[in-house]
Amino acid sequence: MNQAAPAPRENQGDPVVRIDARLKVTGQAGYPADIVTANVAYGALATSSIARGKVSELHTKDANAVPGVLDIVTYGDLDKTDMPKFGNTGASSIGPLHDKTVFHDGQIIALVVAETFEAAEEAAMLVRADYEDERPSASFDSKGVKMEPAAGKSPMFKEDAKAGDFDAAWADATVKIDEKYSTPTQHHNPIELFSTTAIWQGDQLTIHEPSQNVTGWKVELARQLKLDPANVRIVSPYIGGAFGSKGPMTARTAIVAVAARRIGRPVRCVVNRMQAFGTQTYRAETRHRIRMGAGKDGRITAFGHEAWEVTSRPDPYVVGGTSATARMYDYGSVLTHVSLVHADRNTPGYMRSPPETPYVYALENAMDEMAVALGMDPVEFRRINEPEKEPIGGKPFSSRSLIKCYDQASEAFGWSKRDPRVGSMRDGDWLVGMGCATAIYPTAAAPCAARVRLTADGEVRVQCGSHEIGTGVRTIAGQMAAERLGVGMDKISVEMGDSALPPAPVSGGSISTASVCSAVMKACDAIREKLFAAAAGKGAPLAGSANAKLDLKDEEVVTETGKSAKLADVFKAMQVGAIEEYAEFAPKGSSPEALRKLYAGQSEFHGGENDEDSVKYAFGAEFVEVRINSYTREIRVPRMVGAFAAGRIMNTRTARSQLIGGMIWGIGQALHEATEIDQRHARYVNRDLQDYLVPVNADIKQVDVILVPEIDHQVNPAGVKGLGELGNVGTAAAVASAVYHATGKRIRDLPIRIDDLIG
Amino acid sequence: MRPFVYERPTSVSTAIAMASRPDAVHVPPTGADTQFIVGGTNLADYMKLGVARPERLLDLNTLAEPALRQIRIDDDKIRFGALVRMGEAADNNDVRRRCPVLADSLKFAASGQLRNMASLGGNVLQRTRCEYFREISWPCNKREPGSGCAAMEGSNRQHAVLGTSDACIATYHGDFAQALVALDATVDVEGPRGRRTLTFAKLHKRPGETPDIETDLAADELITAIEVPLAQWSSRSRYLKIRDRESYAFALASAAVALDMDGETVRSARIALGGVATVPWRAREAEDVLQGKVLDEATAQEAAEAAFADARPREHNAFKIPLGKRTLVRALLETRDMKG
Repeated sequence: MNQAAPAPRENQGDPVVRIDARLKVTGQAGYPADIVTANVAYGALATSSIARGKVSELHTKDANAVPGVLDIVTYGDLDKTDMPKFGNTGASSIGPLHDKTVFHDGQIIALVVAETFEAAEEAAMLVRADYEDERPSASFDSKGVKMEPAAGKSPMFKEDAKAGDFDAAWADATVKIDEKYSTPTQHHNPIELFSTTAIWQGDQLTIHEPSQNVTGWKVELARQLKLDPANVRIVSPYIGGAFGSKGPMTARTAIVAVAARRIGRPVRCVVNRMQAFGTQTYRAETRHRIRMGAGKDGRITAFGHEAWEVTSRPDPYVVGGTSATARMYDYGSVLTHVSLVHADRNTPGYMRSPPETPYVYALENAMDEMAVALGMDPVEFRRINEPEKEPIGGKPFSSRSLIKCYDQASEAFGWSKRDPRVGSMRDGDWLVGMGCATAIYPTAAAPCAARVRLTADGEVRVQCGSHEIGTGVRTIAGQMAAERLGVGMDKISVEMGDSALPPAPVSGGSISTASVCSAVMKACDAIREKLFAAAAGKGAPLAGSANAKLDLKDEEVVTETGKSAKLADVFKAMQVGAIEEYAEFAPKGSSPEALRKLYAGQSEFHGGENDEDSVKYAFGAEFVEVRINSYTREIRVPRMVGAFAAGRIMNTRTARSQLIGGMIWGIGQALHEATEIDQRHARYVNRDLQDYLVPVNADIKQVDVILVPEIDHQVNPAGVKGLGELGNVGTAAAVASAVYHATGKRIRDLPIRIDDLIG
Repeated sequence: MRPFVYERPTSVSTAIAMASRPDAVHVPPTGADTQFIVGGTNLADYMKLGVARPERLLDLNTLAEPALRQIRIDDDKIRFGALVRMGEAADNNDVRRRCPVLADSLKFAASGQLRNMASLGGNVLQRTRCEYFREISWPCNKREPGSGCAAMEGSNRQHAVLGTSDACIATYHGDFAQALVALDATVDVEGPRGRRTLTFAKLHKRPGETPDIETDLAADELITAIEVPLAQWSSRSRYLKIRDRESYAFALASAAVALDMDGETVRSARIALGGVATVPWRAREAEDVLQGKVLDEATAQEAAEAAFADARPREHNAFKIPLGKRTLVRALLETRDMKG
């Protein structure tokens, strides 16, 4: 078994090869902007160069004079459409062409449509605006920002978690730390650029656009364009990197659709890298103050987590990661408070582990600082504070294997060889540091529908309007069907990424494997029931066998006693050529409206800390070694080990791939990624991959993933905890701990760069 | 992208004739209607961004002269034709053996793909990557003389601390040029007014009051060759590049060092600094400190202090001064420890 395909341990599925692997590596997978369509015209955006004010006049004469320009869509042209909404499916309430108000840098001021991409780009650069500009507020420290408590402002974050008497416990604590941490602005920068292709056929509109939520977008776009949702179709079969950036629909989609209707031709708009910074969502900067009190025995008695997040002027986007940090350890008492800071910025949005990445970074740094203050091993410190029940609601964990993760990861990493004294480990001119941190991610699921068809020849087609964002969900859905229907993967085809398919929830919150597999399993089980009834019926091949004792294997119905009937023969007996089942899955605790909402494009999440019976989280432990040059202080990460427990692992290959991807991103968050903002103008400065740094191959050396076996029957029928967002939680804190261990410098503001260590 | 005329001259003389204009000596090549292109790894980007706006491009890849594509190594010099690709020079074993600093400065630049496209002549003329220069909606004295400098009070972490002026603090980001300026390389230039050879140190101009004038070249002049003298210091030479990530990033600070040693004593040192200055930066003050001294941590530090004595930091780039010094100290000690 090679490293990319770990041998399955208990409750782990085979490392089946991705069913679209060959298509992807040979360039045959059709991404939305690759779709060939006749007579297409090209759109290019013109965007604002101020962050706050009004467009007083827009000059389009020069742009119009460029040969090949067909149309310029701008103010007034969207008047017959409804404004975008901020929420479940919409990125922002800002309707850039509905109103001449400029809310942020890089706001769309026009869409130029031309015969060629080059003409559209040239003309877009010639669109000029006169502004009545006002002094903008860029971020936390700017004059003119508006601060408010976050709780209750958004359905995403209802209340600040609290438990016990924090003030008293804090006052009494023997050992205390009170520190501030921060994380920077980050933009997703997926390799696949953002794009929209709009094609009208009469009143019917098809949108080809990378999307993590085709059903939600269909309904939301129909609302904006005042169409019957039945006449709108969103197609997104493959996505070249999403990470949340393609979750909420942005204003561009409707603008491109309007342009296509105006010129009576399909229009394709691929947004360039720079313009994506202002027209898409991003991870906003956060600030944290953590107060932690403990006794000399190492038991935490008080945990206070205050945080501040930046959002746009109109929209209360909040991540509120205190809901996870407040439930991480056995704290005794908890006090949390999250504030929103409204600035002249575009509305932020989901980026891989939106709440946990910044908030757990702060918590895990504080844990390391406290361990140092106590003179205690950081792993031991976590072991001492491992909770029986979650500290806020007193509910049990559906399963929690954090200590197992620490044990297995620390052994593989060789933690026992670490000399805890700061600056004590060295290799020539390189300072060596080792650190660790906890990863946590809530386990949720949402209603989902799927259709499965099995033919007499054993061919299986799975249809589900979920999204292959690179996670391997198509493969895993196929694996589930192959397993339940007893056929090989070569007989499986899986269709996803089309709003014409049975609806699935947004592919966010690491819910896809649980939700999709539960729905596919239900459809498969209905097929099994029909087959078994037929196979065991009077005069049938396995007459007299009890349904419950039957199974499907190798394209046969088999009995416990070793009798079998070929699938083809059972179908013949049934006198049908195919069995097709449509199933709807709703997680435990779903509202009576949950399935209706699924068809209306709204995903009702269940799980995490919100269920009655238990709280549901996946956990992991990450260990990192850093090397820092003693002269020039550049930081390198020669190796990292992560152990993760996430219930049933459907496919060890795709699971490992998700987790190493997360850990690698974690290195980027720790050392590289940051969007720079010109504080005077509230404008993004490093809007390309030259200056917005992400790790390159040379930065990534050894990354080991341990999949810790875990069985959890409470989470969902598939027994699966999502792990797509687990891997990059904790990595940055582990790096920060390692940097401290190597240098004695505690860097609390990300990213950690030479600048911080050279002084 | 704006439309442009694309032509492929077949000889150096045709190319310069096509670019020729009466006022050429008063027009910087970057401001001319007609511009030369080879790999396009910098110019094509800037054309897409609207920063470079040539009406006509002369593609030099079709020039017939074989010398333009040759690396010639003699006992006392290496001569690079201007069309030699960065990758080819970086991978040349004789270049590496005779003068490691040349090969390393090329190898640590850009990515394999870019090195396979970019020519040496084009590489030394690459323009700054200052974020405010790259984005046409910001004021920039280099792009639009007199419009102001947005970087001065803006996000200036990557900007220069040496050779700056009140008009411009943009960094020269190249690596190869640091090796060339350290080694007293020369550049052969051809134009309608004849041939000339200038020292590499004269090729780039500090921004001063006119940051739009970046080089000594006239609009119709073409670099045809770069020549590097070989001497006692060539084989004991090194390029150290410090950056935010392991590969494919510009230097935060770099040092090109070549040493002629007499035992532990420095007979002669050649030092250039990158990532910290507005032009390829020869650190003669540091060289003078070392001459005739035993090279150790203390003298290396003394040299580094001399190199940065005139450094002027802005809000976000002050770290480049201690980093630049330590980069030089490390580079000096590592070069000392090489086999001469």
